[in-house]
Amino acid sequence: MSRATATKTRARKAGGRRAASARDRKKPAAMKPNPTVQADFLARAWAMEVEAAERYAMFADAMDEHNNREVAELFRKLARIEQLHADQLLEENLSRHPPVLPAGGVRWDGGEGPETGAPGELHYRMQPYHALQIALACEKRANKFFADVAGSTSDAKVRKLAREMAEEEAEHVRLIEDWLKRTPPPDKDWEHDSDPPVVSD
Amino acid sequence: MTTAAVAAPITAQAFKADYKPIWCPGCGDYSVLASVNKAFAILELRPENIAVVSGIGCSSRIPAYTTCYGFHGVHGRALAAGTGLKVARPDLTVLVAGGDGDGYSIGGNHFLHACRRNVDLTYVVMDNHVYGMTKGQPSPTTEPDWDSKLSPGGTGLRTFHPLVIALAAGANFIARAFSGDPNGTAQILVEAIRTPGFSFVEILSPCVTFRPEQRDWKSQVRPAPVAPTDDPARAARRIMTDDGFNIGVLYKGARKPYQPPVGMGAKRPADLEAEFTI
Repeated sequence: MSRATATKTRARKAGGRRAASARDRKKPAAMKPNPTVQADFLARAWAMEVEAAERYAMFADAMDEHNNREVAELFRKLARIEQLHADQLLEENLSRHPPVLPAGGVRWDGGEGPETGAPGELHYRMQPYHALQIALACEKRANKFFADVAGSTSDAKVRKLAREMAEEEAEHVRLIEDWLKRTPPPDKDWEHDSDPPVVSD
Repeated sequence: MTTAAVAAPITAQAFKADYKPIWCPGCGDYSVLASVNKAFAILELRPENIAVVSGIGCSSRIPAYTTCYGFHGVHGRALAAGTGLKVARPDLTVLVAGGDGDGYSIGGNHFLHACRRNVDLTYVVMDNHVYGMTKGQPSPTTEPDWDSKLSPGGTGLRTFHPLVIALAAGANFIARAFSGDPNGTAQILVEAIRTPGFSFVEILSPCVTFRPEQRDWKSQVRPAPVAPTDDPARAARRIMTDDGFNIGVLYKGARKPYQPPVGMGAKRPADLEAEFTI
């Protein structure tokens, strides 16, 4: 091999490596399905719905105990809806087999699942409007969670699923917003209790 | 083909009693209850093999909300009852629970000696830095400048530091958890129950009624930046210098748990009765 040919061959090989590495940088494992990533994503998506359902059920119990029946019923309805979402996910993507979660459940950034309502938002005199505000915040966080996954994953199947789920959550946001429009806003003195349980204030 | 019955895997739901908690909406104790039930399920325990023992206060209502055996005892004396139960029935998993007022004030002395004895039980304190049931008095963990009608201008008293006290007194496992991280709390409880000896888990559990500012705890807590240590000196430095918001297992020792002398185990009620006959 002449020196010129050898130089060209080295250059071609080097160029080939550069081209390959540029491709790798763009889409390293993008086209390779990763069952672990997919299973982890679906497990998280399912856990998110289940935890949301459990939390709404807990809120309903708390409201029941404080004789706020109207809000209790609303939270129970929301719990049923979230459980339905979890069941649908199981049916459509997990062959009806609940995924194996880490012991203790999924560890979420910030401590709780994106769709889980914050207990600190409850008040014993809260009205349906307040409950729907909690639900709206949950659906928005869920939408953002799936949109973020869709925007960051390198797994094509996960990206597709996450996009679909983000769209579903966006639809839920619209539904809750419509529900809120039909729900009377609370009175200014909704918190007022002529016989409050708190006496130290 | 065998027809032997196989016990169905137990779920957290199986530990949930029919009684609904009567805590204030938004109280952190709801999530603690969920974490406790989840921990029992992870450990594949059965309700009939667990006793939940408590003192007095909002959080001390917890035994009624589980399907386990429960003892809602005397103010500050939960650890005494729990210790006696575990010594008499070492086969049971004993979880003692309560609040900061119950555990660190009237129960403070029992806390010290329970750590020192190192009986194999788990003590969960739902700490909200206030007496909630009795309408908002300062507790031992209340900040000295917390102003309220019942403590105008604050107590001016230095706060009690339960984790340091527990370490100095000999607790074998020390952790801090946060009710706003229920899955993480369940994992810590699992480790606490699995670790032989006296395990102490302080759970930051906001009181939204008397300390609504504790809603911000969610943005203040963080995972402890270091792995658990078995070196008490290192743990002491770590716990003394943190700001009370590091979450995780902070100390895990290997001290041998207290075991009653042979022959001092469970006795039949009739034998006990005979011993006390005058």
